[in-house]
Amino acid sequence: MDSKGVKDEEMELLVADLLEVYGYDFTNYARASLKRRLNRLYALDGFPSFAEFRYRIKSDPDYLKRFVEEITVNVTEMFRDPQFYKKLREEVLPVLATYPLIRIWHAGCSTGEEVYSMAIVLSEMGLLQKSLLYATDLNPDVLEVARTGIYSLNHMKLHSENYIASGGTKDFSSYYTAKYDRAKFKDSLKGKMIYATHNLVSDKSFNEFQLILCRNVLIYFDKDLQEKVLHLFDQSLEQLGFLALGSKETIRFSGIATKYKQLEGEKVWRKTK
Amino acid sequence: MAQDEVNGCKLLVIGGSAGSLEVLLQVFPHLRKDLAFPIVVIMHRKAAAESTLEDLLNSKTQLKVKEADDKETIRPGVIYIAPADYHVLIEKDGTLSLDASEKINYCRPAIDITFETAADSLGPALTCLLLSGANADGANGLRSAASLGARILIQDPTTSDVSYMPQAGLAAVKSATVLAIKEISGTINSL
Repeated sequence: MDSKGVKDEEMELLVADLLEVYGYDFTNYARASLKRRLNRLYALDGFPSFAEFRYRIKSDPDYLKRFVEEITVNVTEMFRDPQFYKKLREEVLPVLATYPLIRIWHAGCSTGEEVYSMAIVLSEMGLLQKSLLYATDLNPDVLEVARTGIYSLNHMKLHSENYIASGGTKDFSSYYTAKYDRAKFKDSLKGKMIYATHNLVSDKSFNEFQLILCRNVLIYFDKDLQEKVLHLFDQSLEQLGFLALGSKETIRFSGIATKYKQLEGEKVWRKTK
Repeated sequence: MAQDEVNGCKLLVIGGSAGSLEVLLQVFPHLRKDLAFPIVVIMHRKAAAESTLEDLLNSKTQLKVKEADDKETIRPGVIYIAPADYHVLIEKDGTLSLDASEKINYCRPAIDITFETAADSLGPALTCLLLSGANADGANGLRSAASLGARILIQDPTTSDVSYMPQAGLAAVKSATVLAIKEISGTINSL
């Protein structure tokens, strides 16, 4: 990046400030991505100097909200990687269907599109009523979006295509009502969702689950933090439970790998020990 | 600073879009086996057809071709291909990070992001090569890479299947070295 941007040592100052002032720990975030997002925000908001950027973050809690939302990646979509949802439908959820209560954790759920996708699949399989969908993110603002279940109508074409590619056979538009340029998902999908802030870096395990999904979150962490979070998931997963990661994420090099067996063709592992 | 100073290339990043696969298929068979640096290839492609690109390129070179994995250490003589739908970032510790953030120039992977992060990590030890393509992705990345001392190579627009991308690259970095397709492998081999 050029000299106008945030330099490496300035990035480290910000990381230290965020931990000290707000308790947000970005210490083990992968640096190239973090720096790129810092520079993007710095340019976007037109700060004349790094000192002013730093001061604003430290002294203005409202700006901090924007900062966290822009620094973390909140790109997501419904039925993202349709083949993955097909696998859930065909191999994972039929196993969980035998349980009296199904507890699922969406870790780093962002604005909730994947949580609604899960609720749709569960409802179609007749399992939603005995399921609990815990969905967490470090950012309270994205959780607010997730709670409302209101998304841009523009995205519904892609979501609908994904839904069909994942094995969905209903009319996707029956799950939401469209108004102006927004789509609001049905309340019947929301009843079993529980949203809460949780920071994978600093917060502990809070329950035991049969299925944990954390897709395209670990790539923003360095190897040490990836390992730590995988152990957190391991502690939070019941025996014979399932762990689902993003299409380019793996537990292969982790200390927990020997306890898990991967389902063929997808980034889903079953805890066998 | 003399351009050919003993300042060995530590990484070559190749970016391309429409019309660039054909170039790689012509260039790869002529790459030397003992290449002293890794190559990262950012090619725009459809999300489907996952591993076929690696297979195809693998069949054309004695170097190892693989899809880039998150947090992988890049090694000399290996060619890393950006996975569909992920940006590839070069970390200062010599590893790759994948990133599923917003598209840039309507592209993910975006060539700009890899050029920029590679230049930030490697400066003059980086060489960038921009090939044929139908949009301007890569031009901004070349500009910032050049400002950090990276060596810039661009496929000659007149020999490019689609000249828009190399032309945009040239407009961004006027001092870039322009190469005809048949000059590319020789240039890479002597970096």
